[in-house]
Amino acid sequence: MNKHTPDLKAEKIEGGVHASIRHDSAHKHVAGSAVYIDDITEPASTLHAGFGLSTVAHGILKSVDLSAVRAAPGVVDVLTHEDVPGVNDISPSYMNDDPVLANGKVEFHGQPIFCVIAETREQARRAARLAKIEYEELPADIDIWDLDVKTHRQVVTPLTLKRGDAAAALESAPRRVTGRMRLGGQDHFYLEGQVSLAVPGEDDEVLVYCSTQGPSETQHMIAHALGVPSNAVTVEVRRMGGGFGGKETQANQCAALAAIAAKKLNRAVKVRLDRDEDMVATGKRHDFAIDYDVGFDDEGRILGIDYTFALRAGFSADLSGPVGDRALFHCDNAYFFPHVHAKSAPLYTNTVSNTAFRGFGGPQGMVGAERVIDEVAFAVGKDPLEIRKLNFYDAMGVEGDRNLTPYHQKVEDCIIQRIVAELEESADYAGRRKAIAEFNAKSRIVKRGLALTPVKFGISFTKTESNQAGALVHVYTDGSVHMNHGGTEMGQGLHLKVAQVVAEEFQIDLDRVKITATTTAKVPNTSPTAASSGADLNGMAAQDAARQIKDRLIDFAAESHQVPRDQVVFLPNRVRIGNAEISFNELVKKAYMARVQLSAAGFYKTPKIHWDRSKGRGHAFYYYAYGAACSEVSVDTLTGEYIVERTDILHDTGRSLNKIIDIGQIEGGFIQGMGWLTTEELWWDGKGRLRTHAPSTYKIPLASDRPKIFNVALTDWSEAYEPTIHRSKAVGEPPLPLGLAVLHALSDAVASVADHKICPRLDAPATPECVLMAIERLKAARANPGKV
Amino acid sequence: MAVEIRSELRFILNGKDVALRDVAPDHTLLDWLRLSRLLTGTKEGCAEGDCGACTVLVGRLTPEGGLVYEGVNACIRFMGSLDGCHVVTVEHVAARDGHLHPVQQAMVDFHGSQCGFCTPGFVMSLYALWMQTPHPSDQQIETALQGNLCRCTGYEPILRAARAISSYGGTEKDPLLTERATMIARLKALRDGARVEIADGKHRLVVPAGLDDFAGVLEATPTATVVAGSTDVGLWVTKHMRDISPVVFIAGLDELKSITVKDGTVSIGAGVTYSEAIDTLSQHIPALGPLINRIGGQQVRNMGTIGGNIANGSPIGDTPPALIALASTLTLRKGSVRRTIRLEDYFIAYGKQDRQPGEFVESVHVPAPAAAEKFAVYKVTKRRDEDITATLGAFRLALAADGTVAEICIAYGGMAATPKRAFAVEKALVGQPWTEATVEAAMEKYAEDYAPLTDMRATAEYRALVAKNLLLRFFMETTSSDAPAQVSRYEAA
Repeated sequence: MNKHTPDLKAEKIEGGVHASIRHDSAHKHVAGSAVYIDDITEPASTLHAGFGLSTVAHGILKSVDLSAVRAAPGVVDVLTHEDVPGVNDISPSYMNDDPVLANGKVEFHGQPIFCVIAETREQARRAARLAKIEYEELPADIDIWDLDVKTHRQVVTPLTLKRGDAAAALESAPRRVTGRMRLGGQDHFYLEGQVSLAVPGEDDEVLVYCSTQGPSETQHMIAHALGVPSNAVTVEVRRMGGGFGGKETQANQCAALAAIAAKKLNRAVKVRLDRDEDMVATGKRHDFAIDYDVGFDDEGRILGIDYTFALRAGFSADLSGPVGDRALFHCDNAYFFPHVHAKSAPLYTNTVSNTAFRGFGGPQGMVGAERVIDEVAFAVGKDPLEIRKLNFYDAMGVEGDRNLTPYHQKVEDCIIQRIVAELEESADYAGRRKAIAEFNAKSRIVKRGLALTPVKFGISFTKTESNQAGALVHVYTDGSVHMNHGGTEMGQGLHLKVAQVVAEEFQIDLDRVKITATTTAKVPNTSPTAASSGADLNGMAAQDAARQIKDRLIDFAAESHQVPRDQVVFLPNRVRIGNAEISFNELVKKAYMARVQLSAAGFYKTPKIHWDRSKGRGHAFYYYAYGAACSEVSVDTLTGEYIVERTDILHDTGRSLNKIIDIGQIEGGFIQGMGWLTTEELWWDGKGRLRTHAPSTYKIPLASDRPKIFNVALTDWSEAYEPTIHRSKAVGEPPLPLGLAVLHALSDAVASVADHKICPRLDAPATPECVLMAIERLKAARANPGKV
Repeated sequence: MAVEIRSELRFILNGKDVALRDVAPDHTLLDWLRLSRLLTGTKEGCAEGDCGACTVLVGRLTPEGGLVYEGVNACIRFMGSLDGCHVVTVEHVAARDGHLHPVQQAMVDFHGSQCGFCTPGFVMSLYALWMQTPHPSDQQIETALQGNLCRCTGYEPILRAARAISSYGGTEKDPLLTERATMIARLKALRDGARVEIADGKHRLVVPAGLDDFAGVLEATPTATVVAGSTDVGLWVTKHMRDISPVVFIAGLDELKSITVKDGTVSIGAGVTYSEAIDTLSQHIPALGPLINRIGGQQVRNMGTIGGNIANGSPIGDTPPALIALASTLTLRKGSVRRTIRLEDYFIAYGKQDRQPGEFVESVHVPAPAAAEKFAVYKVTKRRDEDITATLGAFRLALAADGTVAEICIAYGGMAATPKRAFAVEKALVGQPWTEATVEAAMEKYAEDYAPLTDMRATAEYRALVAKNLLLRFFMETTSSDAPAQVSRYEAA
């Protein structure tokens, strides 16, 4: 919407950096006019897909009879692995273990075997049910809990981190606890499921509209499967209806199939999974089995620790390697471990291949850290918050010897002490701790619990080459700006933040900067929008592009007005050249007349970082983001049902690019993390069938699950330690593990039934059932102390 | 008496009259909007009525001659149920000049959208709430939004928006309300008293002209699928692709919508939705209000009927155990013949009910507990709202003057293949003093009544344990106690 001519007297532009601006698409969202892939007007005679999925968890395909499928009304073609013209593989880790369609064997219940293409989606779905498939069933490994990490097949080489001598530290520690924790996975439950629309072009070309977080990777996978060079494939996405990591690699299968069918049949083809197929056939957050052995002193200071993080990889590698790595990178959370040994075990299972999900293993690592804190606290008989504070890394500016991570990176920017202290005060932790003890003493059935948990989250892709970004900025002769970059919009406000950066650079109002769809044709070889890196990387690349154009404009102005360069100053919507002022638009017009290039490609790569996986050493993260949450719950000890009474959050996004957008990320991230750790339970039956594959059975939080009182604040005093984009910090993933405060508040309430003498060892998701069973365990242990 | 037959479905979409002759019995409103009308603002998120991304408003004439707009799930709403209705989609909410509606502007200003995919559904649910309740409490907002999932925002900004809607404009200027009289006239004009019958040789869709016509149609076509709210049958189509033809749509039958109270018994017609029943039921049996508000989301309660909840015989239906504990009776009808049975006798076995071919549930009769009786119903789920029961227990107790149990009726859902009485437990309680010792002894009897199963909602062990504990909760709540015996999000009304 072009609302007005720019104000040439303004003191400040509208919508620069650090301004709280609403989401650029908000108006379209509420009007129903924002276009998602399934809303794009379909080309004439577009065809639609339906899937044939495996009905066994592991087996040899003895026979696949598709004759009835082919004969069904409206069916145009049925694709099998034989129809893949290039390589039948979309493995993002180049392991060649992720077939587009199963060939000869199936390795999980729900694996796509064939794809029906029909005139309508309904016809395709109905036809898909007519296949006659015979399997020779093979033994299947579904759950990781009972698998032996020493002998069981791992999908990629595991990682080991070590510093110091953990074994010796454990041997000599005055106190020691070992234990094991079961931690569930999580479905992304983006409201818009996986969807692609492929439109065939001439020669080997194809254009694919795809709901993907990684257009470049989707492009490469399509080319790989089609057997054509990448330059034949264009992938475009304006927006996704949610991603959360679930469209980093998982979009590729639908995209490849749509492209294969479109090229084979020379018609546009749409592939859209329904909710059940989406939940059954695409990967999720990894569930973990975490073994820990911790040594500590009588005060509760951790001396040495040994961890094994086993994770359910599923049938292929996908991103399980790096997800396991990131779990290890965060097994310390905000705590210094003097001696540490930690290893990952990405275990092969006959389940869907698990994948990226907001936090990418990091939250699972932090769950392991916080469980250990709980164990230590109960062992020494102290409030867990005291143990947390006792074990923090040295604060920024303190030159101590407690600042080295298990991967040998020095933590230089630690502000967790101040965050926790401020939150403890604002949430009245001490006062409420006392009030809760009094309440619990009087209340027989309902028990309250309280917890304050910290977050320290490492920012950067650990895959070093992913830490680069490109942008393309055009200034048109009327002074309007076209902005494009490699990042994708999934609701997080990335396009808005990058547009703010460009507006700030040119000193023009935000509405002069046009936000456009992400496409591989404009910015090539981009990284997926993941690892919270979107604004950090793309903001810098767009700034670089804008600066190149700005430099040329300055050169032109200085030369044409015969003034030194430093006398050309960009003011809001105008430029001062010596003593004269002209509008930005006028300068642009003049520059064009003088044949100045008004377009630029920008580039950025994160400095400083490096990582040697084989040695387990490096500067893996450019910086850390911090936060803390304090939650209070009420628990019904007869049923395990609970209510989150209150949550207070203090979170660090450095000098925020857009506070209101950041607060939205924090509120939403917390609730998503809380859901993961409470009601979101993935449940497979004995045959390896996921039985929680739709919202009727898989329960993400509702409005009525929010904390009754919910206070969220940003640390208005913090700024990034490194020169990030306008000294802001990433905000996508770090708030998710704030949800740990709820798990630990539940644990605290459970502990009250045994006078806080026994560590509840509450697993996650802490469903009402899980909570009640923990209560029963503690009651039994209190009644028979010898029997635990 | 011969009934006139019309082979055309008539309703109003946004501003326009629609007449359709080619409608399959299983055609959903969502597919029709998106594929035939290219109205893509309404989204598919789950195709089972649980996420709310497809929420639209359906305006319908009430038996009293008014017009009520309700949010419904277009994904499981069949076209056949729309005859004589006004369908309003998100595209129709903003003013014709493009100015956003107060609901929309509040959502924009309070940052209620992130990815935006769920947003049209939230807008429609909040619109429906605001029309009825312009200044809602947080509890009312949360109740209205139980059927809308958002994965991005964590809901807080949506709540902020919902509280602020009325500050952007009052309902007096809202087009749906200012044009109400015109719309009532237009909808009345569509009501020609005819039976709608659309058939193409293979499939047949019938919207009966009235209750007697329905009874006749069903007697003549006993294999027909009877669809009231389609909150269950909708999933047979979207999830299982079952062929449901021939279908009889009964949601529009005024005669099945009666709620009467006589001699302390509330009689509810089989076509009465949860939303329509909640006020009267809460008034006479207060414990049923909170239970109804935990069945599905608001959209499901606007479509689903108590009659349907009974008729389909599910072991995890939420109303049958409560109504059984209340000693309700059920009237069934075949042709012009009616019979009335005890509700608990209707449920014979899993998938088997006492209903003859061509027979249908006409009404249920719920006696309110006597003043001295105590009644409670407890639903236990993984997620508090909009979740399907793991275990649900209903208790009705009458104490004798000496404090012993004169009568107790206990029924559970989720514990057996049907909604089922706990006879052994009841037996252990009757005649005994109503004390914790009695209750503890009776808790041991549950194993005689129930052998629950393990599934994705709960393990058998949890169900068995919670079932017992609910009796203890009932005891504690019926005897004086200061401390709460359960957690609660809302202050007691």
